[in-house]
Amino acid sequence: MEIQRKVKYEEELDRQFLDVIKQMSGSDEIEGCIQCGTCSSSCPMSVYMDYPPRKIIAMIKNGFKDEALRSFTIWLCPSCYTCQVRCPAKIKITDVMYALKRKAIEEHVYPSRFSIPVLDKEMSKIIGANGRNSELWLILNLYLKSRNPLGLLKMAPLGLKLMKTGRMSLKKESIKNKKQLQTLLKALKEGAR
Amino acid sequence: MNGYVYYPGCSLKGNAKHYEESILPVFKEIGMPLEELGDWNCCGATAYFSVDDTMAAAICGRNLSLAEKIEKDIIAPCAGCFLTLKKSNKFLHSESEKAQKILAALEQAGCGYKGKVAVKHPLEVLTQEDILEKIKVRVARKLTGLRIACYYGCQLVRPFTDFDDPDYPMSLDKLMVAIGAEPVDFSGKTRCCGGSLTGTIEEVGLRLNFILLKEAKRKGADVISTICPLCQFNLEILQDKIVKKYKEDITIPVLFFSQLIGLAMGLPKEDLGFSRSIISLKPLWEKIGNGGRP
Repeated sequence: MEIQRKVKYEEELDRQFLDVIKQMSGSDEIEGCIQCGTCSSSCPMSVYMDYPPRKIIAMIKNGFKDEALRSFTIWLCPSCYTCQVRCPAKIKITDVMYALKRKAIEEHVYPSRFSIPVLDKEMSKIIGANGRNSELWLILNLYLKSRNPLGLLKMAPLGLKLMKTGRMSLKKESIKNKKQLQTLLKALKEGAR
Repeated sequence: MNGYVYYPGCSLKGNAKHYEESILPVFKEIGMPLEELGDWNCCGATAYFSVDDTMAAAICGRNLSLAEKIEKDIIAPCAGCFLTLKKSNKFLHSESEKAQKILAALEQAGCGYKGKVAVKHPLEVLTQEDILEKIKVRVARKLTGLRIACYYGCQLVRPFTDFDDPDYPMSLDKLMVAIGAEPVDFSGKTRCCGGSLTGTIEEVGLRLNFILLKEAKRKGADVISTICPLCQFNLEILQDKIVKKYKEDITIPVLFFSQLIGLAMGLPKEDLGFSRSIISLKPLWEKIGNGGRP
């Protein structure tokens, strides 16, 4: 029998990770976590998570970068802010989850066919280009990019209901002053961020 | 600032047209007609902040700047837009280097922002004491006996808690009492509907909404009244699948609070977007004494 190590050695941890996430999330309070578990018990999604929020915070504090960034947890957070308003240590947990999502995208470690990061990226692209989201086109892109044509087919009855009640638009929406939006986004890209 | 300007966001122009169709007449009726913010852009919602928070706050800054130019505060009926704009507004007021960079870029793009605009949700405005009085005076038909589960969802009451309680808010309940209806003690009122997760992981969406619908039914509600387009969408659209999966009758109409206010004010029903309901409203019309007719 081969012995498998279940715990990380100290030198395998990323000691910078805490500071990176503190900076990215704007939540300096992470180290104050007392592991009470209020976040995990408040979270409507924790039953679906691989690591509940309490563990994610502990991972950040202790440098378990890979585990935190590759977790499904961060993508399952629907930003309901329940944990954030209840945390006795005042950690901005939802903002921390956002920071982890951005870091995972930046380092390309998110599950690439998993629909949630795909939705986030596609919606950002549409808005960045046109200034406005178009619901139907977002859904089409989502199923295309997550390579799930069957999922799209399953959506058909819903699409019909929305059509019938006039709640679906086929139009590609756009703002008039796209040039201003492009100038704005370009100015930010060029300035060292 | 000199009054309010209306920020629709993508939902109120798309799947939640009936929210726009009802909120605008209600504001008009109380003497505060709302104009739409010219050339507004999308707020970016939770998606843009998951990808790039600098860009996300910047595009919100453009909307704030547009409102500032016409000297109006923003009314954003979508809870997602409301929070995204409010959060970005707060961020742009901070001393952080990132905020300063965004403000400089806004200036460069010809949409500089000085920080004068406030972002409000219509519920916040309609429950101000003087305005609530105006609504009471204009009630033409009290919705007596109509039992309502008031559903606030997440982002209106969290993380900012300056307007109502983050766990058990009462402002919508108060407003429903003002139009003669009877709010039920709905413990799910701020429990998450799953947001965009219902579109990405259906099983999770079905479960979360089943919990909410079941609780509303258990408390004897005739209708769920909500303030957020995504909540309205999730709660309504998944009902047939939930019935099939959990084999329980959780069918219940889900309406925007503004549709109910308009109804009580006696505004023409055909102008309040009721025909866009996917769930039958017949039980509702029967309950308020209209012989099952709209």
